[in-house]
Amino acid sequence: MRGVLGAIRRWFDPEEVRRVGTTPDYRYSLANERTFLAWIRTGLALVAGGLATAQFLPPLPITHLREVISVALLLLGGAVAVRAVDRWARTERAMRLGRDLPASRFPALLAILVGLGAALLVVTVLVQAFE
Amino acid sequence: MNAPQESRNDPGLSRERTWLAWSRTLLVAAGVAVLTARLAATERDLLNVALALAGWTALFTVAFRRYRSRRAGPGPALPLFALFTVGYAALGTLLVLNR
Repeated sequence: MRGVLGAIRRWFDPEEVRRVGTTPDYRYSLANERTFLAWIRTGLALVAGGLATAQFLPPLPITHLREVISVALLLLGGAVAVRAVDRWARTERAMRLGRDLPASRFPALLAILVGLGAALLVVTVLVQAFE
Repeated sequence: MNAPQESRNDPGLSRERTWLAWSRTLLVAAGVAVLTARLAATERDLLNVALALAGWTALFTVAFRRYRSRRAGPGPALPLFALFTVGYAALGTLLVLNR
């Protein structure tokens, strides 16, 4: 729990990140920031997908499936955004200390989740078409 | 791309690229804000329509202050932007569940 709170404090306090190691070339810091922004756009796109699903998709044959898809996309978008900040802070720290960048399973996990979701929808559409 | 000599000193390019990334992100956020506002509007929920649109104005302010700050470190702009993304996700979830 302490570790989690400390991590959250580091996100909001740039001086805290700055206290360790040496400042890297500013271009690397800006590139790290752009990577963060690309992840935020991924998160925002998932949120937009969730909002669009709720509003523009006709009700699906399985009860509440539309709402389930919508909420799943919204929560996934929120999770991507939180993870983006954490990743940014950890990368910044690693660059300052001259360490290897932190490895992450998250992109693979996200890809599998999105792939499974798409496969589920294909099945739903096919079932609907042959009914 | 350019010769190494030239790419080694780019006083403004990185900063400009970063601002362009911010503006792309703001554009996507505008889409999310409008979709949230539309979802709230179909429920005649004017408070949340106002909240969704005001959220984008706040995001614009955050991004613009980041651009003007001229520092390599982004300050609290990044966690704030992530917080707003989570906020839109939460607001959207509430609106979908309360329909």
